Order: sequence, then C-alpha cells, then structure tokens
Amino acid sequence: MEDIIIIGGGVISAFISRALSKYELSVLVLEKENDVGDVTSMANSAIAHSGYDPVPGTKKARFNVAGNKMMPKVCEELDVSFNQVGSMTIALYDEQIQMLKDLQKRGEENGVECRLLSAEEVKAMEPNISPDVKGALLCPTAGVINPFTLTAHAMENAMDNGVKLSLGEEVLDVKKVGDHYEIKTNKGVREAKVVINAAGLYSDKIASMIEPVEWKVNPRKGEYFVLDHYAPGLVNHVLFPLPSEKGKGILVTMTTSGNYLVGPSSEWQDDKDDMSTDALTLSKVKAEALMMVSNIPFREQIRTFAGCRATPNTHDFIIEPSKKYKDFINVAGIESPGLVSSPAIGQYVADELVAPLFKAKLKKDWNPRIKKYVKPLSLSVEERNALIAKDPRYGQMVCNCEKVSLGEIMDALSRSLPCNTIKALKKRTRAGFGKCQGGFCQPKVLLLLADYFKESPLDVLYDKAGSNVLDKEAK
Amino acid sequence: MLNKDLVIIGGGSAGMAAACSAYDNGLRDILILEKGPFLGGILNQCIHNGFGLEYFKEELTGPEFLTRFVKETEKRGIEYKLNSFVTGISPDKVVTYTNGEEGYVEVKAKAIVMAAGCYERNAGAIGIPGDRPAGVITAGQAQLYLNEYGYMVGKRVFILGSGDIGLIMARRMSLEGAKVLGVAEIMPYSNGLNRNIVQCLQDYDIPLYLSHTVSKVVGKGKLERIEISKVDEKMQAIPDTEISFDVDTLLLSIGLIPNNALLDNMGAAKSSTRGSSVNEHMETSIEGVFSCGNVLHVHDLVDKVVQEAAVAGKSAALYVQGKLPTHEEVINCVNGEGIGYVVPSRIDLDNAEDNIELKFRVRKPTKNCDIYVEYNGEVIKKAYKNVIIPSEMEIMKLPKNLLVSGNGTLSVSLKVREAK
Repeated sequence: MEDIIIIGGGVISAFISRALSKYELSVLVLEKENDVGDVTSMANSAIAHSGYDPVPGTKKARFNVAGNKMMPKVCEELDVSFNQVGSMTIALYDEQIQMLKDLQKRGEENGVECRLLSAEEVKAMEPNISPDVKGALLCPTAGVINPFTLTAHAMENAMDNGVKLSLGEEVLDVKKVGDHYEIKTNKGVREAKVVINAAGLYSDKIASMIEPVEWKVNPRKGEYFVLDHYAPGLVNHVLFPLPSEKGKGILVTMTTSGNYLVGPSSEWQDDKDDMSTDALTLSKVKAEALMMVSNIPFREQIRTFAGCRATPNTHDFIIEPSKKYKDFINVAGIESPGLVSSPAIGQYVADELVAPLFKAKLKKDWNPRIKKYVKPLSLSVEERNALIAKDPRYGQMVCNCEKVSLGEIMDALSRSLPCNTIKALKKRTRAGFGKCQGGFCQPKVLLLLADYFKESPLDVLYDKAGSNVLDKEAK
Repeated sequence: MLNKDLVIIGGGSAGMAAACSAYDNGLRDILILEKGPFLGGILNQCIHNGFGLEYFKEELTGPEFLTRFVKETEKRGIEYKLNSFVTGISPDKVVTYTNGEEGYVEVKAKAIVMAAGCYERNAGAIGIPGDRPAGVITAGQAQLYLNEYGYMVGKRVFILGSGDIGLIMARRMSLEGAKVLGVAEIMPYSNGLNRNIVQCLQDYDIPLYLSHTVSKVVGKGKLERIEISKVDEKMQAIPDTEISFDVDTLLLSIGLIPNNALLDNMGAAKSSTRGSSVNEHMETSIEGVFSCGNVLHVHDLVDKVVQEAAVAGKSAALYVQGKLPTHEEVINCVNGEGIGYVVPSRIDLDNAEDNIELKFRVRKPTKNCDIYVEYNGEVIKKAYKNVIIPSEMEIMKLPKNLLVSGNGTLSVSLKVREAK
C-alpha cells in the first residue's frame, strides 16, 4: 500500500512528486508511456509565460505568476536551461494598440511587470520584425525553458528523494475500497490511500472512474516548425501576436538550445492520441508567422511536430479534490500556461491538499538539487581536459550536430530516472536533435542502449511499445 | 598548441585524396582528422560495386575503392587520427578537435582542406505529414544498420525519393528478403543514375511512381501505413489521388546536404549548393581554406570526388609554399537558365591552369539542347547535348585563353534546340 499514487508522469506529476518527496510519505507514479513527459509536456512552446494574459483571479493567473517567480531557483536546483529573455506581444494594426493597453492593465492586475513599446523601440530590439509593427507589450520576466529536462530532472530529483516510478503502466480502473483505493493497471493491482489524477489529456477519463464529472478535457492540437540553430539571431524575445479566443496565436521564439520554434496552430479534435501534422495547417502557420516576423528562414527547418493541449471546458485549471472524496485529487486541464505553472501547482498540491491529509512530517535530509549534468562544452578547455583525463568518454563525440559526448550519454543512462529508449535519451542529452535528426548518431545510440541494458539491439525501442527500430538479423 | 602545414577535416575519399595530392606536391606536415573509427567515410557501408570505373578503369566495391586510397595514404606516411571530431575552426585557422585519448586539442594550420562530406535530408527537414513513428528512416542509415551492423530495419518497405542510395537499398533489402512495394519520386523524372533504375528497380519489378510524394504517415509506435499522392506542378499533393501501402518501413532518399557547418561558422561565403563558395583552386572566401567533395557540392561518382580533392590538396600545398598569390580581380561564375549550380563560384585567372573545369548540374532532364558558356554577355563556348539529366554532374573544360580579362561574369546556361 502506497500513501500516494500519482496517475500520469508529465511535468505536473513531476513537480507534485518533487514537492511530495519533501515529506515522510511513500509516493508511486504510474506513467503509461515509456518515459516521463512524453506527451503534452514534451510537445509545446516551451515558454515560461510572464502571466499578463490569464484573467485575474483565475487559477491560471495565480499559478502562472507564482510559477514564473519560482522558475529561476527551480531551474538552478534542477540544472535546467532557462533563459529569461522576455516576451513581446506585437501589434500589427493601429486598433491593436488599445488591446495592448488592455493587456497591460490585466498584467498589472496580475502583478506582472510589463510596459508598452513604440514601433521604433520594437524595431530597434527586433531587427526582423514586420515593418507593419505598431507597438508591443514587453514582459521582461517571460522566458524559454528546456521542457524535456524540466520534467525529467524534477522527476529525477523526486526519485533521488524516494519517489518510485513505474513506466509503461497504464491505469485501467480506480475503485474506492474502504479507506483506500484499488488501481487496476495493465501490470496488476496497486493500492494507495490517496490518488492524484495528473493524467493530462486523459484526466477526465480517470476522474470519471470514481464519480460522474461535469468537466471535460478536450484535445486541442498545435503544430510547429523547428528551425536549426544558426547565427545571427532571428528574434531576441519570445514574440507573440495578440491573443484571441483560440489562444496565444502563432509565436516565433528561440529555444534554450538556440533553435527557433514557429507555431502552434490551434485545432480542436476528438482523438486524444492524434499528434499528426498536416501540410495545410503548417502552411497556414508559416503564413501567419511571416506576417509578424519577416525573413524567417524556413529553409533551415529540421523538424515539424504537433502536441495536444489538455484544454478544460471550464476555461481554468482544475486543481481540487473530487466532489465525493477529499483524498482523490484532480489536477486536470492544465493547458498553457501549464509548463511555467508546474512548480507552483506541485507545491500547492503537496503542501495544501495532500500533506494535511496525512499530517505528514518533513524529511530532514531532503535534497532540492540533482547531481549536476556535466556538459564538457560549457567548461573551459583546461577543465574539459581534466575531465577527459579522468573519464575519456567525455572526449568522444556521439552526436555530431549537437556535440553530445559519450560521457554525457552514459551519465543520462545511469541516473535514478530510467532512460530506456532512444527518444528518452534524445530528450535528456539532445543526441539526435540536430539537423541530421539522428541520421549519424541514432545507430550508435541504439547500440549503446542495447549494451547498457544488456539486451539485443533488436529489442531497443524508439519510444512506445512496438517502436523497435530493427526488425531482424540480416542473412 | 600544435602546428601543422595542412589539416584535412574528414578522412573519407575526399580527405585521403587531398592528403595524397598535397604530399605529392611537396607537403609533408599533414594531419587528417576523421570522426569515425576507420578511414574511408561513407564508402565503408557502400558494399555494392560500381565505384572506380572512371578513376581506376575497373569496377570496385566501396570498401575496395577506399582501401586503395588508404594504402596510398599509408604509403606516404601521412598522419591521421581516428575517432577525432572537429568542434570548431577559428578565423585564424586554429582547428580544435577532440577524442578520448587526447581530449580537446588545438592545431594551428597554415592551410585547411574541408572534406567532411554530406548528410541525408530527413523526414523533419521536409516535414512529411502525419505521425512520427519508428520505421521512417533515411536510406543511408538503413544501409549502415544492414551493411555494418548486420540488421534489417523492416519487412515491407516503401521508398520516398529516387536518389541512388534509395535505389541501391531497394535492391539490397530485396536480396535480404524484404518486400519493396515501390518508390515515389516527386519530380516527373528519376533522380538516380540510369544504371541504378535498371539494376535496382526494373530487375526486381519494383514500381517507380513519378510525380508522387508521401502525403501521410500513419503509425503510433512503429510505422503501419503510408499514403502517396500525385503532385501538381507546384509539387503539392492532389486530393483523391492517394494510394495506400501497408508498410513497416519508409526509406527516405530525398537528397544529400553538404555538412558544412564548420566553414559556415567560420564565416566562409556560401554558394547555392549549401557548401562554400570556392574558386578554381577550391579555395573558399577565406584565404588558405579549401573545400572539396560532397561538403562542397554533392557528387554523383566518387571518382569525381577524388579528382576534385586532388585539386584542393595541390592548391593547399601551393598555398603553404607561397605559390598561390591572391588577386583582387576575379571572375564570378553564375548559373543561368536551366542550370542548378556552377562550381567554382569564382575564377582567379592569374592563378588558373590552362584548362578550367566547370562543374554543374541541369535542373531537369533535357533532350537536344546546347550548353552555353557566356563571358560578360558573349558566348565563348557551346556544347551540344543529345540528352542531359540532373542526376549526372557535368564537367566542362574551358580553355583559359577564352577568358581575356580577369574580371567579369561567366554564366552557364542551357537552351533547347528548336525541333526541325
């Protein structure tokens, strides 16, 4: 019997786990995919929004602003790239200036620093901005985060502090039995005193396993382009058009790795698992982005992808116990600005909703930090060579495009958080993220995984069950 | 910091040929840096034959071809380092490489030959619509898995793009027992060599769908199905022309791109090939830095790679020996109508040999046409072509004496002859 089972292993689960790992409680996370952060937490804009946009008084406003404030410290403790470059919301028509002023007022109500820029100021700060620019709202606290390591490192830190994780375990049913819950999964039956439903796109389905629920989580797809990193800077801030009912619009931003991201579209759909891209939608994304930023070099495109926002029909995050049971807690409908809100949501759920149920004590030896990931290229040549003298693997390059060494790969494989698939390793280390998209390094990575886990190369998975890269031995 | 007369980046066919040529022209202090565990680069995985017909006048496999150059390199005692990856080159030609034994090492080079080859265009670059499952893989990667590691990537295969690697893999995987259901090519003509269309597709009854592309990829974990569609003249899929194939593997043979990031980051001027702009001595816009082989422009035959690399190696030797003076006056070479690109981008007439080689590819297959070379608007050479195709790189020799002054623009273009 666990004290707490968390259903879902995305960024929200990772930060709830981390916050719960401070307490003398047993926590188990069940994730149906083969890695944490493998669905919505992976495929999004990777923005730490400042918080000027959510309606004041909502949970979105509260947790966004709080999460943004926590982010620098969290990212420092968890060794996650976070570049607080600031965002600009761009007005392209005269009548949009009034909308910027309204947004500024909303931002101020939310306690977010923001100021209006003239067209000339914008042009000086963003050389590639459309000549039609009329002004912008600058929010200096916004930034870009590495969403892959944010989730993974938060979960790793939670595991270092005692949280358990089971990957590839899908919850099929949840039942209240006496004073605890029985959770039927594809691997057996689990028991816990408290259940936290952080199942993302499927959180409505999980919630309805214990009681009828009125709210729904609807998948809203967003499609993106990724451009290679190249100099000089295409944009210097996160650039948004003015938000509409359909969301924050097509943004153009750099990422923490120096790539550029253009997107997302906004498409309602019924299928929660459909993350496919289509040519027509992407051509619209391209056209819309080019209205805001001139000269986007789409020739540098290295990937297109889509993710699904877990959009609640309540228009706000759902973070509360179920109607019937105070020990079944829904943390659902966490769409944008979910990524930036995640540390604040985790803290709130652990400290306000869960710990009081157990009257739990804090651990004395809780460690907020993970062991730092050594990145040879961020060291001086002397430090780097001292490292290589001790461990030659840091001098051997595996991924040419992103310059990832064998030492970094082996480090990622040997952490408390499992890293079993090619995709998981890609998300931890960036091996395969570059312009050749794993063309050169994927075979090397595949053999390294097989060797490390002492399995046949035929059994190495790209990500999901059945995603084996190799079919059989040659004749 | 180490000092070298010449550092060659890449130990494939281009790098070795450049090194041997530099040696034969008097240089001794040469270092080849190769990222892989062997010399020979991509030829190590090209176990089919067809190499060397032009250069050695006999038909060799990739490993046989490269072995001859390894012998030549070793015979000359040229130093090379394996598993050594170049991370950067400073503007004053300090090359930084790393390996497990030495760590990061800086080498100050008097001259550099870039011979780093190319990489394969992939699903991300063209944004194939649909899901992103395992099983969508570049043809060269599937070739590596099969020929070097001994594993097949699938049983039922479709191939997008009729580039040579894709055609060769169609045959190779068929021989290994896979069912290859077809090849789709977005252009109305094949992009592979004719001999490969015959020997790899027709001999195995594999259909070639011209003017078709993959319009949908379906599969959550592993690829389950693809759809191909006919394309219109703007290369857009035409609705309701879909043909569906149940496959576990989609091989991509959709082009090769020069792996030129090191020179781009140094600030070397680019050309329309996505490689660097070079003159007739294969010298980039940065003095003493030369480029050759597939990192400059993608070649059809390795025979032409080693010939070009020999020019780069010789030029690097001349440069180090102070025999390659720089001149302000240069001729700019441009691609005119019907021509995709021209190498070199510039000609320095004073340094040029008696015959200047112009290399180019046409944009589309054309019959009964003339190639025109114009210099400052005047036709200085014309060559009739019965048939000319984009998959073959053309080399035209231009006598230096046709260029009267060292200043102006030279253009290569194609004109179809009127039917009689």
